Amino acid sequence: MSAQNPRLDIDRIIEDRRTRIIVCCGSGGVGKTTTAAAIGLRAADHGRQVCVLTVDPARRLAQSMGLTSLDNTPRLVDGVDEESGGSLHAMMLDMKRTFDEIVEAHADPGRATQILANPFYQSLSSSFAGTQEYMAMEKLGQLRRSDEWDLIVVDTPPSRSALDFLDAPERLGRFLDGRLIKVLTAPVKAGRPFGRVINAGFSVMTGAMTKLLGGQLLRDAQTFITAFDTVFGGFRERADATYRLLQAPGTSFLVIATPEPDALREASYFVERLAEERMPLAGLILNRVHTAGGSQLSAARSLAAAETLETAYPSGEVRADSPAAYPAAALTAAALRLHAERMMLGERERRVAGSFMSTHPAVPVIEVPALPEDVHDLAGLRRVGGAFA
Amino acid sequence: MTVRDTDWDGVRLHVVTGKGGTGKTTVAAALALALAHAGRKVLLIEAEGRQGIARLFDRPPLPYAERKIAIGPGEAHDGRGAGGDVYALAIDPEGALLDYLQMFYGMRSAGVALGRLGMVDFATTIAPGLGDVLVTGKATEATRRRQPGSATGFAYDAVVLDAPPTGRIGRFLNVSAEVSGLAKVGPVRTHADSVANVIKSPQTAVHFVCTLEEMPVQETLDGIAEIRAVHGMQVGGIMINMARTAKLSRQELKAQPDLAVMAAALGAAGLYDADALAAALAEEVSEHARHIELADRERTELEAAGQPIYELPLIAEGIDLAALHKLAAELRDQGAA
Repeated sequence: MSAQNPRLDIDRIIEDRRTRIIVCCGSGGVGKTTTAAAIGLRAADHGRQVCVLTVDPARRLAQSMGLTSLDNTPRLVDGVDEESGGSLHAMMLDMKRTFDEIVEAHADPGRATQILANPFYQSLSSSFAGTQEYMAMEKLGQLRRSDEWDLIVVDTPPSRSALDFLDAPERLGRFLDGRLIKVLTAPVKAGRPFGRVINAGFSVMTGAMTKLLGGQLLRDAQTFITAFDTVFGGFRERADATYRLLQAPGTSFLVIATPEPDALREASYFVERLAEERMPLAGLILNRVHTAGGSQLSAARSLAAAETLETAYPSGEVRADSPAAYPAAALTAAALRLHAERMMLGERERRVAGSFMSTHPAVPVIEVPALPEDVHDLAGLRRVGGAFA
Repeated sequence: MTVRDTDWDGVRLHVVTGKGGTGKTTVAAALALALAHAGRKVLLIEAEGRQGIARLFDRPPLPYAERKIAIGPGEAHDGRGAGGDVYALAIDPEGALLDYLQMFYGMRSAGVALGRLGMVDFATTIAPGLGDVLVTGKATEATRRRQPGSATGFAYDAVVLDAPPTGRIGRFLNVSAEVSGLAKVGPVRTHADSVANVIKSPQTAVHFVCTLEEMPVQETLDGIAEIRAVHGMQVGGIMINMARTAKLSRQELKAQPDLAVMAAALGAAGLYDADALAAALAEEVSEHARHIELADRERTELEAAGQPIYELPLIAEGIDLAALHKLAAELRDQGAA
């Protein structure tokens, strides 16, 4: 189906020692976590020292890699081909702990305690949207700086949009840097010159915010932001450093999509966005493709033949003396209808994928066939990885 | 003839969740269509600004406004009369915030100024719980909205909310818990409590969209447990989506097909190269058998949850308006609406 698109050579990427980070991204439900794990295992089997950073793995996949708890520490995964000299570690992100550690690293103990106890901080650090993406990027930066692994494979969080993790650090930064902060902190920092922030609209604004949030909430926000202000410089620097890391030549982005319109639309946005951000896109993994089986008989001919059989042999029998215990014509007709359905599904997937590919003809693509069963052990991950060969 | 009973009579707010990739938005749209019969007016709300509803109904992106996007099926032949109307609304936190300020305080312009200051980032980034309260707040407001002169006294007979994915649904709906750490008193708290009064009542049901695969089933069961754990919240139905209908009986699937007989049948149907074709088809049948066996196992897991189950077929051609109507008819036939 990808006549004009180059083939994505994942083995070349993982064998290239200059590749230090692989980011797997895509919308929810396309198989990001499994793909990231399969790439990690394959790279380890090829002799790399790999760490897979995952955000929210399905329970059994996590168990298969020996991840039983969310403890923010990379764990050695047993079962890697030892002769290759490679190794595989895997870790699940503990978003709150990662956040706490940053605060502790950047604030004096007294202030850190104050921040950690603030209800705003608690909501921010344990909530789902935004923070998880930010912390995943933060953890990636930490792992990379530790230099303990020569390849880190990261599975991005299940955001509502595939782009959230790119935007989260900036959004947090924009907010913490923004004018709202200045307005909120103004009463606390009384005595300081307020500059242009205080104008005719100011009292309307604080009035609105008091009404919206209530006095107590506003006070909590103010205390939090004032305390956080001191930590924030370091925060911003780290976010910038991680961002640059993603643009560096040692990083490869893999976009993962199933051959469905929604998933490919997200993939399309992502491909364009990566180009805008000058982030190195390696290619698209078209996951869970329904391939034709042993026969290419078209859906139309298949259905026609099924109809012929059903009309010609309404009783379902072709040969009365058949040793088989089932009516052969009926079974054959059913098998033909099954085949037709499979061909139609394949046809639709090709059409959907084709429109992505003609829009992005330069993006390398590889197809990974749909497996009948979910993957939950290393053997299954190796089967997925086998499609990259 | 009276309107027949459905499994969810009395439910006015239908929350639809599901793991990513299971077709949550499609099922929410089909449910809205199914509910829009006999002159009923249904509002379909998209909570996460992806404009999936607009695409499904082949419309330009929806604004933050309630727009009529479809007409429900007319069923004059059985006395239920003409179809109803489906309205759609795409909620984004910024629009919901301005709406909230306008509705409760008449302060829209102050809201716009707040938006410019980064108030929306505040609501969605720093305190995501606040963003959720605003979105669920809009959905519950539409559910409760009165309209003098309408048959029931309500503006909408039903509201269908295309909610965040299963992994986030508990947090999203349990708004009062979510904001209680932040706001113990005050207007946000009051608002959250009034939202909770609707969500934690028999007029709201949380439906789970699922495919017969291991991970989505596990997430569905986890999500159901999570909703059940919250006092007052009601789990709705399980909508199995993209179900591959068994083309052969379980018995036929188990039998080893006789290739010679199958080839004879294929030859009789006028197909060439019948032997090779028979072998290929037999292989496909055995793959299908394995798929059905796995699906049966997952279905049994879902049945153990004890909720009504509806099954929607895989539509190999893809989802268009005709397919939505077909799915809506399935939901009606199976008693979901």
